[in-house]
Amino acid sequence: MSNRIYLDNNATTKVDPRVLELMQPYFCEHYGNPNSLHKFGTETHPMITDALEKLYAGINAHDEDDIIITSCATESNNWVLKAIYFDAFLKKGKNHIVTTEVEHPAVRATCEFLESVGMEVTYLPINAHGTITADQVKEAITDQTALVSVMWANNETGLIFPIAQIGQICKERGVLFHSDGVQAIGKIPVDVQLTQVDLLSFSAHKFHGPKGIGGLYIRSGVELTPLFHGGEHMRGRRSGTLNVPYIIGMGEAMRLAVENLAYEKEVVGGLRDRLEDALLEIKDVFVIGDRVHRVPNTTLVSVRGIEGEAMLWDLNRANIAASTGSACASEDLKANPVMVAIGADVELAHTAIRLSLSRFNTVAEIERTIEVFKKAVKRLRNISSSYSH
Amino acid sequence: MGKNNLLGGALWDAYSKEVSRRMDNPTHLGVLTEEDAKVRGARLIVADYGAESCGDAVRLYWLIDPKTDQIIDAKFKSFGCGTAIASSDMMVELCLGKRVQEAVKITNLDVERGLRDHPDVPAVPGQKMHCSVMAYDVIKQAAGQYLGKNPEDFEDEIIVCECARVSLGTIKEVIKLNDLKSVEEITNYTKAGGFCGSCIRPGGHEAREYYLVDILQEVRSEMEAEKRKEVAQKSLEGDLSFIEMTMVQKVKAIDKTIDTHIRPMLMMDGGNLEVLDIKEGGGFVDVYIRYMGACDGCASAATGTLFAIEGVLQEHLDENIRVLPI
Repeated sequence: MSNRIYLDNNATTKVDPRVLELMQPYFCEHYGNPNSLHKFGTETHPMITDALEKLYAGINAHDEDDIIITSCATESNNWVLKAIYFDAFLKKGKNHIVTTEVEHPAVRATCEFLESVGMEVTYLPINAHGTITADQVKEAITDQTALVSVMWANNETGLIFPIAQIGQICKERGVLFHSDGVQAIGKIPVDVQLTQVDLLSFSAHKFHGPKGIGGLYIRSGVELTPLFHGGEHMRGRRSGTLNVPYIIGMGEAMRLAVENLAYEKEVVGGLRDRLEDALLEIKDVFVIGDRVHRVPNTTLVSVRGIEGEAMLWDLNRANIAASTGSACASEDLKANPVMVAIGADVELAHTAIRLSLSRFNTVAEIERTIEVFKKAVKRLRNISSSYSH
Repeated sequence: MGKNNLLGGALWDAYSKEVSRRMDNPTHLGVLTEEDAKVRGARLIVADYGAESCGDAVRLYWLIDPKTDQIIDAKFKSFGCGTAIASSDMMVELCLGKRVQEAVKITNLDVERGLRDHPDVPAVPGQKMHCSVMAYDVIKQAAGQYLGKNPEDFEDEIIVCECARVSLGTIKEVIKLNDLKSVEEITNYTKAGGFCGSCIRPGGHEAREYYLVDILQEVRSEMEAEKRKEVAQKSLEGDLSFIEMTMVQKVKAIDKTIDTHIRPMLMMDGGNLEVLDIKEGGGFVDVYIRYMGACDGCASAATGTLFAIEGVLQEHLDENIRVLPI
């Protein structure tokens, strides 16, 4: 067992060594620009084609659909939303977007920006189960609605949203449906046909691929004004020289992610459940959301009486990496937004600790985490002014 | 902004060893009870303070000798992050042995200084400075209880920057005294806005009542209004020098001097002039004129007449006036 335990896989993941191995020749040996006509350029084509095949297969995209390579899911999300501004608002006068209150800032902040230039946005509140219902989307759609954007799974809680039902409603109402799939790929099956998603954002580093590369699935027939202009790469949909080694890495990471879905469910899910069960044995510890509607790697734990960052400090001292979206550690001081939406009291909303596992975690690591966690709870509750034993 | 501010994170690396030590093993952690107070003939004060913005809270216990108002023992409990815990621990240490009236003067700046490993190196990164403010606020709560005062009574001014404890009055004063034009200059003069940055503009760590950008704009507007009023008053009293005049006043003054002292002289010979433009720069005021009537085409228009016009304007208004015929 490594001395360090990494349980922050919803933030980023380790690159799978098999992914790295496949990428390596494309830095110093086969470094040609794929758009060049000479052999240095063209020799990269088979591997890029292979990577695209893996991406298409990974999310069950049709050959006539597009998967455009972007720099990350933030770019993909920005592209979709800003293109809606040009394509739907400026050209057709449709000015309404439906999204949720708990989207990643890449969606949320972009929507807020679009509001400043004339779009109207409905932010659907999540319910006591931490999700939204398809009926909420149905009620929010108007004749002016150009896009529905709902995340596939929440980054904090791991809770899965009813994507297939929302897809059905959007299809019936003739509204484009975008989903930020960042936290779903590699954890649960993601199928754009079954769910009728028109646009899907993803990012390689969330499923054991490299950082700085992502993608946007665009269903055949959907037109989007490009975010970048100035080149013919990706048929003019996304300019910029192709990042060959990273595309190859993302393709392989996608293949491995899909190949490991059963392992993710059984083994990683089993480890998560073991961890969660043990932590729930501690008095006044809570977990957000039921396991059935949650990705198998994530648990958001609240420990009454202990501020989230203080807990992270103790875990870090023991070489365990976790995360909190709630405390002064983050860029702003607001309480965990999901916790607030669920209706947790102010104090409890500041105690959330997110533990997110991967296929690289071991039983021994989880056992040690349980031990360290229990010890930290004891120490910090002794300091706590708000917790009486 | 700049290279050193482009990356977030690594907050804990900027903690002093003292902050880490007190986070791991707080020295003054604990509770004091009525029983403790009775044994030591003291009065027990228990004060709570919660920071709404970040959800942190602290509870402070004091045992005070009622004869001397001296804090003879103190403990704390905290619901907070590492900085909040370490700051509370240091705050308790600074309170010990002081009279309540002295303890209330301890600020979060004293607490932060107490946590430094080296006198010149801050104990916590700027964005964590606000966590130490809670320690300051709970002292006021405790002192208020003991002295029967409202905790706000100890704050005689509106504090704009909690981290650096800079008041609204101070900020307004330095802007006026030093003619400050940017928030960066305010920070250089007062340290306000130099820590967590919440007071600079809306959208920072926590919402604030006053923001430096608004204060700056307001004070600058006031300063300009005052300046205009002053100029108008001087003008009214005839005390205004040409150089202090606004452009409109300069135009009027030049016109008046020409009408009174120059035009009659030119008209006697069937000539005249009109002012086309006035420009300032390089220490000069250039008056562009056009000759009319007999002056237009007169041989001395570029020499003697011109020097006479320029001389009259220099004598009556300012020696840096130049007259340029077009």
